[in-house]
Amino acid sequence: MKTFRAIASVVVTIAALAIAGARPATAADSIDPDADFKAFRDYFTKRFPNVPLNDFVNGPYSMDAELRKQWQAIDDFPPYDFAIDRGKQMFATPFKNGKTYGDCFPDNGVGIRQNYPYFDLQSGEVITLELALNRCRETNGEEPYSYVKDEMASLTAYMAFTSRGKPFDIKIPNDPRALAAYQKGEEYFYTRRGQLNFSCASCHVQNPGNHIRTEVLAPALGIVAAMPIYRSEWNSMGTMSRRLVTCNSQVRGVPLKPQDELYRDVEYYLSYMSNGLPVSGPGARP
Amino acid sequence: MRPRLKSAQAAILAGLLLGAMLGADAQGQALPGQVLPGQALAFDRSKGNCLTCHDIKGGDAPGNLGPQLADMKAWFPDRKELTAIVFDETKRNPRTVMPPFGRNLILTDGEIEAIVDFLYTR
Repeated sequence: MKTFRAIASVVVTIAALAIAGARPATAADSIDPDADFKAFRDYFTKRFPNVPLNDFVNGPYSMDAELRKQWQAIDDFPPYDFAIDRGKQMFATPFKNGKTYGDCFPDNGVGIRQNYPYFDLQSGEVITLELALNRCRETNGEEPYSYVKDEMASLTAYMAFTSRGKPFDIKIPNDPRALAAYQKGEEYFYTRRGQLNFSCASCHVQNPGNHIRTEVLAPALGIVAAMPIYRSEWNSMGTMSRRLVTCNSQVRGVPLKPQDELYRDVEYYLSYMSNGLPVSGPGARP
Repeated sequence: MRPRLKSAQAAILAGLLLGAMLGADAQGQALPGQVLPGQALAFDRSKGNCLTCHDIKGGDAPGNLGPQLADMKAWFPDRKELTAIVFDETKRNPRTVMPPFGRNLILTDGEIEAIVDFLYTR
């Protein structure tokens, strides 16, 4: 939170000074997710006044009209369709013990993607959808899947698809451990790393809509909503884990293990920042 | 047993190969056979990779995180200033996203000098 304000408030303040007079900087030192949420959303909506709030979930397409046209052209035959179908089939197929994925989730796993990740008060950690899926498998005597693609992306694609349009509803319980997880995620997001010295925010807060070569950078607001995604660059589906690992590699940093506690904390932070925005996954990206 | 090239032959061969590679990378700015090391370094994705963020005449598909690099002599009459920016722009502007090419050992001092030479031709 402090970190976001340190980085974003400069930008916001400059913009506010130019447009509507000085905006008082917030100077709280305590963890205040609600204040962060407001500052974060204000930053993006003020910077992109012509982008409807719910359109931020469409990432680069919300930033670039030409790219949007290309996307709409392929969206008649979405490249992630096979993953939805496969995930649906996997959901319908019982494990060896006769149980199903649906038995591990509320509402049989249908229409619940917007509630993930959540903070589990019993184990004291952030539970993402991917983690919950592998724990479901292990509890039922099955081997866990790779977190980054293939089966895992199919399962989350199906779960996202059944939740499309539902607003993100991430909760931070009033528990110091939950607040600490949130804060760790936030700090990771704004910390520079790698030989190229980029933070996640360098691209997705400071430069959304700008081009890295021909690639249009997505805004951090709503960036989790389209997961999992089919990326033409990957020629396959990828999960949130895959995106985080790839980002770290691209800045020549050392990626964490998929579903490392810190990655889950980052997803928790980003998902909380996207509260109220609709699930749009699975998505397609260049 | 493979015949071994004499070192002089090998050096010439390597030079020709390198020249061909660099020539291809230099995107039409080099005269035939001429190698522009600064430009090659500036455009190489594993070295300067300047086009990711900057529009530079002679380069294709530039990004726009940073300003267009043109009219450099007028912009940076002091060479030391331009060199310092490539070495570590965070010193001057802590919020920049420009990688600190010298500090983080992405480029050697010699490579930075060659890139700066090239930039002054733009």
